[in-house]
Amino acid sequence: MEEQLQATPICSRHRALNALMAPFGGWDMPIQYEGIIAEHNWCRTKASLFDICHMGEFIFEGDFDDAGLEDIFTFSVKSIPLGRSRYGFILNEQGGIIDDLIIFRIAVDKVMIVVNAATAPKDFAAIKGRLHGGVFTDITAATGKLDLQGPLSRDVMVALFGEEVATIPYFKFITMNILGVEAIVSRTGYTGELGYEIFIPAEKVCELWDLLLTDERVKPAGLGARDVLRLEVGYSLYGSDIDEETTPLEAGLECFVNFDKAFIGKEALLRLKEQGVARKKIAFEVTGRRSPRHHYDICSTGKVVGNVTSGVFSPILGRGVGIGFVKPELTTIGTPLTISHERVSMEATVCELPFFKDGSVRN
Amino acid sequence: MSMYFTKEHEWVKVAGNVGTIGISDHAAHELGDITFVELPKIGTVVTQFGVLGSIESVKAASDIYSPLSGKVLKVNESLETAPEVVNESAEDAAWMAQIEIADEVELKNLMTQEQYYDYLKTL
Repeated sequence: MEEQLQATPICSRHRALNALMAPFGGWDMPIQYEGIIAEHNWCRTKASLFDICHMGEFIFEGDFDDAGLEDIFTFSVKSIPLGRSRYGFILNEQGGIIDDLIIFRIAVDKVMIVVNAATAPKDFAAIKGRLHGGVFTDITAATGKLDLQGPLSRDVMVALFGEEVATIPYFKFITMNILGVEAIVSRTGYTGELGYEIFIPAEKVCELWDLLLTDERVKPAGLGARDVLRLEVGYSLYGSDIDEETTPLEAGLECFVNFDKAFIGKEALLRLKEQGVARKKIAFEVTGRRSPRHHYDICSTGKVVGNVTSGVFSPILGRGVGIGFVKPELTTIGTPLTISHERVSMEATVCELPFFKDGSVRN
Repeated sequence: MSMYFTKEHEWVKVAGNVGTIGISDHAAHELGDITFVELPKIGTVVTQFGVLGSIESVKAASDIYSPLSGKVLKVNESLETAPEVVNESAEDAAWMAQIEIADEVELKNLMTQEQYYDYLKTL
């Protein structure tokens, strides 16, 4: 059966730019324009524009405690200050990750929940099924989302939209008028660089795309570059590094889980904490230019001890880097491993995250 | 010098009994940014359509197959440190290996340049 792909409002622009398009999370998305490495380099040095309209956005309005919203996620929603956002998870009963997401505190009784594209329908159903009050709405189709990322992104934003943008700290957002409509401008992103996520009504997103590209410091970048950029700074990709079979404890993401509050999956995580996990996430660098890739085996002394979940040739480091899961006893920094797949074999060493440490994200 | 192609998008330029091998512009374009080239060892004996080496891009990894049987005489070591040359000049500067051709009869299993371009239109 052929998959029915959804198109973002920017789709015609991608085609006009001759982008290589491919399915991603049920959407027809641009993978690259001029080339993944060129786009990656532009984002690390200038400002890159990403069409992220495929991601899901939900709005909840109501009393967080009364409606049960407070007990759904691995972090407290009501403790997020107004104008701030927080990253965390919605888990299943076994502690597996249904999705990783960011919640934006828009008002005392209102939040926007931003989720991955492929998981958006199941996320909406899971959250709705756990709520018993309030008004919960999927605004994905009505919402456009563009990410402007790179060390020059603040300068570009200020030039186009005024000084107000310059004052937004990391993981804070403001609501402001852009192109005559109300937009949310957030200091968040997925590249490890200084950057913004802009949420604007879908009917205005093409106009915003065109406007941002009038600045010569801005070039479009596709999902290919986005994947390299996020992996160089060690961000997890849902569906590759984390999924419903993986808990935050195994994935090294315990810092986004608040055990002082109730949430679905907590009992399973507490049990797992006591028993100890059977596998744990590692980051590793390979010797040389070969790329580790998703599903390659991780071996130690000739035996398969785990698997690669993300891997890439890092253009900025000039070597292959990856994330994978292995037995806990092999996670010490410096542990030698072999990555293998069919005829391919490469020597690797367990290392710290992020791989690339000089990003401008907090500048 | 005549140039022949495989269905897997390798080329061989034949001069006397020496064949120079690389991948086509089309293959390089399809792979995108090339990040790694694995070359054979000098002296290796390869068979027609057998594995000669491999090539990796940000997007994919694939084997390179030898268009002809023979013994590897020379390899283009510069590709080990500058694999991006494959994107810039796949059918010239980014040659990968030279072999001593074992049997010219095998050329009948390859496409001419014209046949290869026709073949690309069918993909």
